[in-house]
Amino acid sequence: MDWGWILDHLDDLAFRTAQHLYLTAIALAIGLAISFALALLAVRRRSLYPPIAGLASIVFTIPSLALFAAFVSITGISVWTAEIPLILYTFVMYVRNIVAGFDSVPPEVREAADGMGYGRLARLWRIELPLAVPLIIAGIRVAAVSTIGLVTITGILGDRFGGLGFFIFEGIARGYFATEMLLGAVPSIVLALLVDRALVLLQRRLTPWAHPARPGSAPEPAAA
Amino acid sequence: MGFVSAAVAWFADAANWSGPGGIPQRLLEHVLVSGLAMIIALAIVLPLGLWIGHRRRGAAVAVGLAGLGRAVPTLAAIAIVLPITAAYDPQLGFKLYPVVLAMILLAAPPILVNAYTGIVEVDPDLVEAARGMGMTGPQVLGRVELPLALPVVIGGIRSATVQVIATATLGSIFGFGGLGRFLIDGIANHDTGQIFGGVVLVAALALVAEAGLAGLQRVLAPARGG
Repeated sequence: MDWGWILDHLDDLAFRTAQHLYLTAIALAIGLAISFALALLAVRRRSLYPPIAGLASIVFTIPSLALFAAFVSITGISVWTAEIPLILYTFVMYVRNIVAGFDSVPPEVREAADGMGYGRLARLWRIELPLAVPLIIAGIRVAAVSTIGLVTITGILGDRFGGLGFFIFEGIARGYFATEMLLGAVPSIVLALLVDRALVLLQRRLTPWAHPARPGSAPEPAAA
Repeated sequence: MGFVSAAVAWFADAANWSGPGGIPQRLLEHVLVSGLAMIIALAIVLPLGLWIGHRRRGAAVAVGLAGLGRAVPTLAAIAIVLPITAAYDPQLGFKLYPVVLAMILLAAPPILVNAYTGIVEVDPDLVEAARGMGMTGPQVLGRVELPLALPVVIGGIRSATVQVIATATLGSIFGFGGLGRFLIDGIANHDTGQIFGGVVLVAALALVAEAGLAGLQRVLAPARGG
């Protein structure tokens, strides 16, 4: 380890960490919005759930390296070359957990809401959504950890991408310079663990009545 | 749909089918690394998951370990292992070991969680009845719990296998062979045919492995299906 080299590159480390969070946040936010719509569709019309979930899990098995490369030939090198695959990968984790979240609302709660005169939309927004939050956040946790890992691979697209993963690609290009590879690898693991922890705390804040959501309750493991 | 014709042309080119960089050899490298990682992961993690499920204790440890394994980006795992193993063995430690170790780390969480979950979800009345008949702990696990849990256990192995086959492509970033080589070289040379040819090969391998394990699941647990 060349500690001097690391001390010389602390501003790079800060920049790449910010880039990592920014690339991750875009994918998580847009992915959540689209998945939420898809999940509501699947909850309303049950017959749509198997094809939606099936497609999402097929996408999940495409190697990320291939998907990023494929989008170069479609979108050129832009932020969407990285973001579209990242967003597509979040669907499988989000949709399953959001649907599971709405399914976890007890029928008698729905009936009580109906009896109190809630309309369909008001019931969804004020009764069902809050009760689904623990499982939805469990989905966000899995998606966040997975996306942080996948962002490292976007470093293949050049120096505007990759977040902390860019150090790994640059380190390899410099003849397997171990210090730089580790400067990318170790902080990206720390980042994944910290974000996961932060989401646990957020969930406890939002739903103090619920048991903490276990990562095991989310069905699919993280991709790479 | 230019990429389809480009991929077809790439597959049709006889030069891509021979020699050290040819499709058969890259396929073999990919199968060997994925298979080796799966065998080692199964040998370590499967007994652990079954045992934790059988004892119905240590679930928090299993879930915590699995979560930790999932949090480690594969690219980071290879990048951390490579400098260490390369120092011991400049040949295999440079290319083979880091990829295999990272794939073991990737395969472990789904195998562990499903093995544990499968056993825990077995009807406690059946376990009780088996004990009442005088079965020992290992007999209960082997003759009652495991056969009933098999679909869930194999489900975890299937999911791990597909992910390992897809993710072993990352090894090529670090100079390992395998099917990822076609992706990396295709990206470097802007060769669309090679990129999509590589994608088709990886997907085909994953599908074959998935179908094989689904068949195994049907043979071993026929009444319950896949």
